[in-house]
Amino acid sequence: MELTINGQTRQIDSEPDTPLLWVLRDEIGLTGVKYGCGVAQCGACTVLVDGVATRSCVTPVESVEGASVATIEAVEEDEVGRRVVAAWVAEQTPQCGYCQSGQVMAATALLKETPKPNDEEIAAAMTNLCRCGTYNAIAAAVRRAAAQG
Amino acid sequence: MADSAPVSPPASSTRVNAPIPHESAKLHVSGRALYADDVAEPRNLLHLAFGKSTLAHAKIKSVDLSAVRAAPGVVGVYTAADIPGANNVAPFAGDDRILAEDEVIFLGQPIFLVAAESATAARKAALLGKIEYEPLPAYVTIAEARAAGSFIEASQIMRRGDVSRLESAPRRVSGRFEMGGQDHFYLEGQIAVATPMEQGGMHILSSTQHPSEVQHLVAHALHVNSADVVIELRRMGGGFGGKETQPALFAAAAALVAAKTGRPAKYRADRDEDMEITGKRHEFEIAYEAGVDETGRLLALKMDLASRCGCSTDLSPAINDRALFHADNCYFLENVELISHRFKTHTVSNTAFRGFGGPQGMLAIERVMDDIALHLGLDPLAVRKANFYGPPGSGRDVTQYQMPVTDFVADRIVEDLRRRADYESRRAAVEVFNREHPYLKRGISLTPVKFGISFTTTHLNQAGALVHVYADGSVHLNHGGTEMGQGLNTKVAQITADVFGLGLESIRVTSTRTDKVPNTSATAASSGADMNGWAAWNGAETIRLRLAEVMAKKAGVPPEEAVFEGGRVRAGDLDLPFPELCRLAYLARTQLSAAGFYATPKIHYDRATHSGRPFLYFCYGAAVSEVVLDTFTGEFKTLRTDLIHDVGRSLNPAIDLGQVEGAFVQGVGWLTIEELVYDAKGRLTTHAPSTYKIPCASDRPEILNMELWRGGENREPTIHRSKAVGEPPFMLGISVFSALTHAVASATGAACATLEAPATPERILKALAAGRGEAGPREGA
Repeated sequence: MELTINGQTRQIDSEPDTPLLWVLRDEIGLTGVKYGCGVAQCGACTVLVDGVATRSCVTPVESVEGASVATIEAVEEDEVGRRVVAAWVAEQTPQCGYCQSGQVMAATALLKETPKPNDEEIAAAMTNLCRCGTYNAIAAAVRRAAAQG
Repeated sequence: MADSAPVSPPASSTRVNAPIPHESAKLHVSGRALYADDVAEPRNLLHLAFGKSTLAHAKIKSVDLSAVRAAPGVVGVYTAADIPGANNVAPFAGDDRILAEDEVIFLGQPIFLVAAESATAARKAALLGKIEYEPLPAYVTIAEARAAGSFIEASQIMRRGDVSRLESAPRRVSGRFEMGGQDHFYLEGQIAVATPMEQGGMHILSSTQHPSEVQHLVAHALHVNSADVVIELRRMGGGFGGKETQPALFAAAAALVAAKTGRPAKYRADRDEDMEITGKRHEFEIAYEAGVDETGRLLALKMDLASRCGCSTDLSPAINDRALFHADNCYFLENVELISHRFKTHTVSNTAFRGFGGPQGMLAIERVMDDIALHLGLDPLAVRKANFYGPPGSGRDVTQYQMPVTDFVADRIVEDLRRRADYESRRAAVEVFNREHPYLKRGISLTPVKFGISFTTTHLNQAGALVHVYADGSVHLNHGGTEMGQGLNTKVAQITADVFGLGLESIRVTSTRTDKVPNTSATAASSGADMNGWAAWNGAETIRLRLAEVMAKKAGVPPEEAVFEGGRVRAGDLDLPFPELCRLAYLARTQLSAAGFYATPKIHYDRATHSGRPFLYFCYGAAVSEVVLDTFTGEFKTLRTDLIHDVGRSLNPAIDLGQVEGAFVQGVGWLTIEELVYDAKGRLTTHAPSTYKIPCASDRPEILNMELWRGGENREPTIHRSKAVGEPPFMLGISVFSALTHAVASATGAACATLEAPATPERILKALAAGRGEAGPREGA
């Protein structure tokens, strides 16, 4: 099976029903993508599949064959992603940081689709869990990244 | 060893007290911050899974693991008999098994351990064990344990004055309520990677708040010395107390397999397993009887605090003690008797969680305040203020455990907040709203926090650090604390940079390792920056004094005249870049490495009499929250929260504000959303985020105004006069629960509080029904 990950074509050996998360982490070594819950609830495993925020822990790898997968490792190659990362640092959003790569991916997907989201749109898109409770800083960072777009 | 700290703290500069970003911020948001599971795996790695008990309490009659051994990919299967040393991962009581022996005491308890070539193979094989049990009576609830007289230790009584004053009090208020537990739900689950080293050595990457304890327990389990075991971690993906004692199990399992096979081994719990087999916040049942005067001032209080400790001792004695320490919160309890029952149940052993019993004690007394106000028809804030501690010498300034309260500022913070949040007029508006709206009800409440800082087990209040300055002027910083997102490494780096007059870019923060700083305490009790900050300061200052000597000799002036600032050092006519001085010092054969140490001064405590000074100082804060409740569905929204929190002179306002906000959110989660449900057989039915809900972005208040208290300064000589921040603001969440209590009472008109925690829609409907004198919704319906 062939996958396009962060702009590169990769040959994949994993079983077709393997969750994309484990292909990315274990087979390719992209460990910025995190395991949090395994049931698509927490969002720590969020990647972009053709620009759409996708929870990779429940996404069979075969379902993204032919699609373009982007992970946190390449997010700054994208202009929107670069702004999001800068905003996250400026707002001092991360505490433990574990969920933040997923949060950054979700925000990047949001701003690519909706460059100037209102607060409701931010709330609707930013559903990833953060146990450190950085939600205010996350919302502030999304607004900052949007304002600079 | 109070003399390790200078009498007065050093002056602060632009590096401390500054909102410097978290040292890993850029790594966190680019996927490059390495957590234990992200470090490149060693060759020949084995993956592990536990075979677990399916009953809460039973004798093990037989164990047949033949099918497990025969499963594909399995390399080894281990039981308690395979452990060369102590089969124990308990912090002090010796009653937590790594693998069960002849009895299981909670559902999910590990019985055997499978090592396989892949995690999937290990997990599949672990399901194939055939265990024959002889079931024994299982106590799941506090009520069951109470009926059976099942305790982890003797009940403790903390008393002062004459509680018989209750009898003569003009007004009497009594009640009972329960509050639920809480799962830590750190986003990074429990994990350990053990790699065998030469000559029986063992290296373990562990996501732990307490590397030294993991080291000692693993050494005992493997029957080797502590010096043979090294624990390392760079950062945790959240801890919250859940990685204080719990990681030792996973580290011991990985180390056992690594020792047996000679191959590295990783245990990474999946989310469900993590929630099923690791301890949580203690559930409490509270019963109280208060005698008050007409202003609501307490004349006497009797309170019974019963907790579910689970199947073993863990840290429950200290956690329940802290519930007693905080059952006064900000209030002077003149005549008081607090009785604390620590019940042993056949559920997972409950453990440390942000606040460490303090939140439960504090919620109990805040409930008493609300209930007094409802009974007497008073504004709860007036009742709270009537009970505040008085100034030193007022006769109302000593806690129920005989510690004088000399730094009380809750009254000033409450006054500040009351004014800024416009409490009175908003409370009046809430009453108007409630008269005009039959089905939606609002509530508002202002609650204060006073939280004691120090480990109440005195010997734990010590910390170490190791500082190296290299000849090129760069600084390697290591200390015994652990980074779990609280910004500890950033704060300690700021403190160290400040000593040398350097920018943070010159300071390399390194992984916590037991071979660099030995015999450390857990990073817990909010004390990480207080203790490790001082330890690092002491180490850095030792080196700075040596450098100053070199500089002074060269400049021909006394060493005290050497000034370290802006990356340069000046003395007399000499002005050198810091790296240049380091090179000169090296050439002059000067030791540029130093260990620093700190032991918290002044504290002592006698547990037999429950008296002493367990805390160096107190942290204070207050929050006012307004909620609106739908009395048909039991759903609510927090409309607005204003809070002010005291962090002394903040080492890093950005980090501290983040801690305050996060703690508040987590506290609200505990009291409103997060519900642990065990079935009658002791099975946790809420073991994934699909059934156990933690706060998400939409749960935060519509308006949230947070401030660090401007008057903050620690009267004790803490590092740069800062105060601890990790736990205290957790209890600001009580304001939301208290506001809900107000809304529920407004709906029912009852002159008593009926709400229990967590205030889920079901519990709110039950409280509404109870307040109206109706039967509530059916349990479990």
